[in-house]
Amino acid sequence: MDPKTLLQNFVNGLSLGSLYALIAIGYTMVYGILRLINFAHGDIFMMAVYFALFFVTLAQLPWYLAAILAIACAGLLGFTVDRIAYKPIRNAPRISALITAIGVSFFLESLAVVVFSGIPRSFRTIFPQLLNEMIIIGGEMEVKYGREVIVGGIRFPVISLITLIVAAIALVFLWWFIFRTKVGMAMRAVSLDIQTTSLMGVNVDRVIGMTFALGSALAGIGGILWAIRYPQVWPYMGFIPGMKAFVAAVFGGIGSVPGAVLGGLILGITEVMMVGIMPGAAGYRDAFAFFILIIVLSIKPSGLLGRPEIVKV
Amino acid sequence: MKKRTRIILTLIALPSIALLLFLSQELLNSYYSRIITLIGIYGIMAVSLTLVNGISGVFSLGHAGFIALGAYTSALLTLSPEQKEMTFLIEKLVWPLNSIQIPFFWATIIAGLVAAVFAFLIGWPSLRLTGDYFAIATLGFSEIIRIFALNLNSITNGALGLKALPDHTNVWWAWGWLFVTVAFVLSLAYSSFGRALRAIREDRVAAQAMGINVFKHQLTAFVIGGFFAGISGSLYGHWLSTIDPRTNTFGILLTFNVLIMIVLGGLGSITGAIIGGALFAFLSEWLRFLEGPMNLLGFKIMGMSGMRMLVFSGLFVIIMIFWPRGLMGRSEFSWDGLVSVFKRGSKR
Repeated sequence: MDPKTLLQNFVNGLSLGSLYALIAIGYTMVYGILRLINFAHGDIFMMAVYFALFFVTLAQLPWYLAAILAIACAGLLGFTVDRIAYKPIRNAPRISALITAIGVSFFLESLAVVVFSGIPRSFRTIFPQLLNEMIIIGGEMEVKYGREVIVGGIRFPVISLITLIVAAIALVFLWWFIFRTKVGMAMRAVSLDIQTTSLMGVNVDRVIGMTFALGSALAGIGGILWAIRYPQVWPYMGFIPGMKAFVAAVFGGIGSVPGAVLGGLILGITEVMMVGIMPGAAGYRDAFAFFILIIVLSIKPSGLLGRPEIVKV
Repeated sequence: MKKRTRIILTLIALPSIALLLFLSQELLNSYYSRIITLIGIYGIMAVSLTLVNGISGVFSLGHAGFIALGAYTSALLTLSPEQKEMTFLIEKLVWPLNSIQIPFFWATIIAGLVAAVFAFLIGWPSLRLTGDYFAIATLGFSEIIRIFALNLNSITNGALGLKALPDHTNVWWAWGWLFVTVAFVLSLAYSSFGRALRAIREDRVAAQAMGINVFKHQLTAFVIGGFFAGISGSLYGHWLSTIDPRTNTFGILLTFNVLIMIVLGGLGSITGAIIGGALFAFLSEWLRFLEGPMNLLGFKIMGMSGMRMLVFSGLFVIIMIFWPRGLMGRSEFSWDGLVSVFKRGSKR
């Protein structure tokens, strides 16, 4: 690979990785508090995309308002899912909580099939065309077929750049929220020890609900950016990105927010690089993340930045 | 009840089930006999997953992968060479597979063995993990199997899938294999091996301290579960007659469906798994009216596809929240239990 292609792939990988990071944060925060793999997270991601789509097409809202509303709705959906499905079984064995989460994921997918229909829809033309244009740095003007075209240079889509910027803003906001607000402090306390925190007078259920809402809203941001990049919207679109983001969260050390970001970025970059080096293996790119997961889990199950879990007998 | 009475009752019950199946073949039309066949296939899927998820205390989400392996293996073995020549449009089928055709029974056995070998290869690294990590790892493996089925054009015919499978699967194959599966898993579950598995399920660390080799026991259970999943895959493929690697056919949705069956029947009960499988097959046909046009309080409603799955998944969540024991809990069907149910009923 020449340096230009390398840089191009790096930018694309970084932006894909930041999408994984945005989704992975939701997994990691919920796991850090409840020790629950929130299977429905990928489906909240999918729902956010449908919300944005319908706010623009049916409600005729401008795209920026639709995006903000869709993100808020995703947060509300995450909160509701926690209240209805997870709260009643908070003291049940971990495995029943996992099975319930699988059921919720299945429920949301079926709901999307019934309400939005299973036929894939296009997300193109909904957001400004500018986002799908290419940024070209360098290169030479040439006249081909009677038109001026730019040949060579480093090129990547505008959306890659926008994704990076939006993700960075979201992460700074998240950092501020977790470390500089009272609710964030309560979240950190709950993730350390639920019982003691509730004895300190914190409404634990509300804090858990807030965590779900925050994680789901971040997944909503990720979803909309994802749909601009890969503009096919359908009810099962959340499964693969959700699984990959989960892999990223495990890779970085589940329970750790910086770990999720790091894991997401590494996963995104390696995935794009792998396809760049071996274009023949592009069909297997979804399998690649799972291979990473198996390897990480067998070598260092606690991930890059996670703490090993101690089982007390 | 005496042991002899129980044995006699069982010896009466089994031929009566066979007779009922025979009568259903003679009297009912092909639509119903297809559903009865499907009940048998679902039963095998559910019982094999119960052995892993319900009894041995690991939670696998990779069942669809083994079913897919079984379906593809046996399909490639039973299709005639001419049919394969016609089907494989993208790339030709690789050498030894393109010129062999073997009987359905042996193809099914080989399908089970292939799935068992893969279960061994998958279980070996992932059984070092516990709980939800194992669930995710097996889910990842079943996705990998699906992705390979999508991309290995010279073996699986890629996205086009395999078509026109001979319709070998009938009531006798499905229920015969169900009988073999249940007999095998039941005798396994009540042997010392099965007790060791349940001990691991209840308390992994305590079982280990009592000298049970957790890894070996769980791996054996996982491989046996994989074998029967492969068998059910072979039957299911020849029941469907068309197999392809889409999410709806052999993806996570199939694992979801089998999971619904065993949770509905009671996680950990073998008879519960069969009941769950039968209920699932029955309900998914019966609920078809939901997807057709309806007349509700004077309003005409267009048919909504996907409604059945919505009902099932809603039911699934509700069962998990309010009734996590399912229909049977962890108990099995027994003649004594049946008698006591009737006695309680007559007292009221």
